[in-house]
Amino acid sequence: MKQKLVIIGNGMAPGRMLENLLEAAPDAYEVTIFNAEPRVNYDRIMLSPVLSGEKTFEEIVIHGDGWYIKHGITLYKGCKIKTIDRAAKTVTSDTGIVESYDKLVIATGSVPFIIPVPGNDMAGVLTYRDLDDVNAMMIAAKSRGNAVVIGGGLLGLEAAAGLAEQGMKVTVIHIMPTLMERQLDPAAGHLLKKAVEERGITVLNGANTKAILGSSRVEGVELADGTIVPADIIVMAVGIRPNAVLGKESGLEVKRGIVVDDQMRTSDPDVFALGECAEHRGMVYGLVAPLYEMAGILAKTLAAEPAAYAGSVTATKLKVTGINLFSAGDFAEGEDREEIVLRDARQGIYKRLVLKNNRIVGAVLYGETSDGAWFFDMLKRSVDISEMRDTLIFGQSYQGGTPLDPTAAVAALPDDAEICGCNGICKGKITGAIEKLGLKNVDDVRSHTKASASCGSCTGLVEQLLKVKLGDAFNPTAIQPMCGCTELGHDDVRRLIVAKSIKSIPALMQELNWKTSCGCAKCRPALNYYLLATWPGDYVDDSQSRFINERVHANIQKDGTYSVVPRMWGGVTSAKELRAIADAVDKFAIPSVKCTGGQRIDLLGVKKDDLPAVWSDLNAAGMVSGHAYGKALRTVKTCVGTDWCRFGTQDSTGLGIKLEKFMWGAWTPAKVKMAVSGCPRNCAEATCKDVGVICVDSGYEIHFAGAAGLDIKGTEVLGHVKTEEEAIEVIAALVQLYREQGRYLERIYKWAKRVGSTSIKAAVLEDATKRKALYERFVFAQSFSQKDPWEERARGVAAHEFRPMANLTFKQAAE
Amino acid sequence: MSDTWIDIGGVDEIPQKGSRVVKTTSGDVAVFRTVNDEVFALRDRCPHKGGPLSQGIVHGTSVTCPLHNWVIGLDSGSAQGQDKGCTRRFPVKVEAGRIYLDVALALPRVA
Ligand code: SRM
Ligand SMILES: Cc1cc2nc3c(=O)[nH]c(=O)nc-3n(C[C@H](O)[C@H](O)[C@H](O)COP(=O)(O)OP(=O)(O)OC[C@H]3O[C@@H](n4cnc5c(N)ncnc54)[C@H](O)[C@@H]3O)c2cc1C
Ligand code: SF4
Ligand code: FES
Repeated sequence: MKQKLVIIGNGMAPGRMLENLLEAAPDAYEVTIFNAEPRVNYDRIMLSPVLSGEKTFEEIVIHGDGWYIKHGITLYKGCKIKTIDRAAKTVTSDTGIVESYDKLVIATGSVPFIIPVPGNDMAGVLTYRDLDDVNAMMIAAKSRGNAVVIGGGLLGLEAAAGLAEQGMKVTVIHIMPTLMERQLDPAAGHLLKKAVEERGITVLNGANTKAILGSSRVEGVELADGTIVPADIIVMAVGIRPNAVLGKESGLEVKRGIVVDDQMRTSDPDVFALGECAEHRGMVYGLVAPLYEMAGILAKTLAAEPAAYAGSVTATKLKVTGINLFSAGDFAEGEDREEIVLRDARQGIYKRLVLKNNRIVGAVLYGETSDGAWFFDMLKRSVDISEMRDTLIFGQSYQGGTPLDPTAAVAALPDDAEICGCNGICKGKITGAIEKLGLKNVDDVRSHTKASASCGSCTGLVEQLLKVKLGDAFNPTAIQPMCGCTELGHDDVRRLIVAKSIKSIPALMQELNWKTSCGCAKCRPALNYYLLATWPGDYVDDSQSRFINERVHANIQKDGTYSVVPRMWGGVTSAKELRAIADAVDKFAIPSVKCTGGQRIDLLGVKKDDLPAVWSDLNAAGMVSGHAYGKALRTVKTCVGTDWCRFGTQDSTGLGIKLEKFMWGAWTPAKVKMAVSGCPRNCAEATCKDVGVICVDSGYEIHFAGAAGLDIKGTEVLGHVKTEEEAIEVIAALVQLYREQGRYLERIYKWAKRVGSTSIKAAVLEDATKRKALYERFVFAQSFSQKDPWEERARGVAAHEFRPMANLTFKQAAE
Repeated sequence: MSDTWIDIGGVDEIPQKGSRVVKTTSGDVAVFRTVNDEVFALRDRCPHKGGPLSQGIVHGTSVTCPLHNWVIGLDSGSAQGQDKGCTRRFPVKVEAGRIYLDVALALPRVA
């Protein structure tokens, strides 16, 4: 019998704990997670790059929905636990869900501290903790107004840099005389201040916030000395408090955090606390490295293996692009302490080591931080440095007289030197995995060891290790093979298809040395698409290399029946079509009829044998396949536009229908969805589609690279055109470029991110010759693909698909 | 025993790297033809959640289930890789281009 494990909070600590637990004891628990945040587990420390626009949310997700499904874990998103009943062993959520547990893990993280000044609850006062905070900041930043960040620590400075990057005028208000005083000594704090100010951020040190001003929302901050700083938003980043309420209310021992022993057990043997909400030997932590150590210990405890947590020493890095800062340990001055300092004012470098008994106890590096890991390693291992004291400050490469090259320096590290601070991964573990598992690139190392998978600042070191182990065989830009059947990546294969004029799958596998006799379910559909897109009219489609839905032109359902979605051009239908649909439903006893999210009608539960006959009836009323099953053009949603709507600026319905009639039947790397809205009110939701058009008085605004499925992403503007003809030409050119460059299963937004929107805009908008050529290639390909597959099959093409080979049920009856 | 072999059709009625269904009183049987013209027969139900294996992509001597991509070995009926489960195999043989299915298992006699 599986035990029930309930986890409260789905942050970085429990995420890691589950990974470890699934490895150690995959079948021991039935896991249920409640998360107050309405989302999956993501890399919280990467919120700053999201805020500054260097990353998107999708890139920082650690476990997507699929991960929970794959491991049979129930995740309640947006579901906050209100009470724990330790006697009954249940937890209850604010939505009324009651869940019982055998073992409970509290991992509720921290809450940001709000300074108790008047006005602190006004609209426009934000904290910096989760994605909602980042989104709120990004929306506020659109005003390009004034932002005030209260708090000049790690978090505050990252917020300030991000907001400045988003175009706001930022002031940092910090109560202490220098920035990041908890990690930096005054000299380094001063250098940091200069670097921050160079980004146009104003820094007010020794400034004490007295009140937040404003009527309905914030307008400014008043300081104790009477200064008033105008503000449209205020971000409070003055510190965090362990979120221990649930522990306190349920009667567990709580001091600053929920008190745990070396096995992460609270005062109740069946309840554990993990992460920032836990207090261990009097310490609470606010960085991931120690939390990940705790996660490893707790996973072992839950898997009934012996393990004990002994506390952690932490190191910090500031994640503001262009500012290099590293700090670790303790650097208060003291009788028994000595220090070694290196300053190079011109290059903006400052390094300081604090020694005690010839051992490093603290390190601050500013400007040049590549030796951070080396110093931190010696600090943790308490290495006696007397031998190298004279050259110590110059770093690892100077030990031994001549500067070593960086690879040699990494090669010289001991096996237990820590490479990835976030995940606590040491060199030996990485090199071991490279050898044992035959890892070839940084992605491999990330997925197998977790090194460099969090904040990424050790990526360089990981690359060096790959170089040490693999020598010239390591190519930092090495590509991911398509699948286990080949070493080649998608782009290589596409290039070679053209270069070698390869025109069939067997020829391709022969020429490109495929390792399997006939590929696999991953590569075959991709190859079929690449050949089809490269040689329109020439290549003979291989239906056995298509996924069942594209092979039989309907969507397979969980019970083995199929669904049928006819095209409804631009979402417009007629009495005749509706009647034909109704008749088909009656005639074939189709159990379910549903309006889809794409403005058309889905007939669900059709028996496979009936498909050709259903299609034949729909064809008779003029309807064709909607390709709801295909990596192809799906729907073009429209709104009513100038036909009826009082706000319509152009004929959005008409343009949508024209686009759909022109582009249907085109196979694409992944599905393509479009929409046309008649005005910026955007009732057709064009701004979350692969391609969208917003009609405006002066013409058509063309959007692309949106998504609203697994990832949600607003579109980017491709450009503005004046006429329908231009709009159609640009869109066809865009889709053709995508057909030629996209990797199989890569939606437009992912392709755009990979190749860069600028190069796309250049090709389909700015360069008229390129656009024309792309457009013409699209038109040529369409001349072969606009054949209704339903009509062909209703006529008898591929009949074997729809008939059993033999029916022995009659035979037996006859016996 | 030989009377339980039933001729279900020609090898060429199944596409290479494809499959066809034979209906029996105890459920559908999926008959597969590989790229090398070997023929296998399995119960047309994936050990995972009952997906129709006959609708999957056939590669080597395996088929990938169309519902959630489990890979099932045609010769063993077992799930490959990390997945665990097994689906029933039926004896088939090919003689002179015709496929014979041993129906002793597929058509249990009531008497
Ligand atoms: C029928 C429909 C739901 C409904 O009842 O409304 C539907 C049904 C399915 N969707 Fe969808 N999606 C439907 C609209 C959408 C929409 C809304 C839209 O198009 O405006 C989205 C979000 C928009 C987007 O794609 O960005 C959507 C995002 C997805 C995704 C996530 C794709 C992604 O790249 O993030 C999948 C999974 C996939 O494609 O791998 C998916 C996959 C599926 C599949 C094909 C699942 C499957 O593999 O069996 C479902 C097929 C059911 C069937 O047999 O008909 N469906 N799906 C909608 C059909 C629209 C149509 O007329 O063709
Ligand atoms: C912007 C930012 C940058 C950072 N940068 C770094 C860095 O560079 N390096 C570093 O080491 N650390 C960094 N940190 C700190 C690091 O992110 C945290 O230490 C870590 O995420 C804490 O993990 P956790 O699992 O304990 O808690 P969290 O990740 O905070 O997760 C707690 C979760 O529990 C949920 N929850 C709370 N109460 C309940 C309830 N009653 N019911 C259900 N769910 C509940 C919350 O919604 C939350 O999702 C940064 C943090 C921030 C905010
Ligand atoms: S229709 Fe779409 S959202 Fe609904 S269950 Fe299927 S895939 Fe999921
Ligand atoms: S039913 Fe076959 S993989 Fe799920």
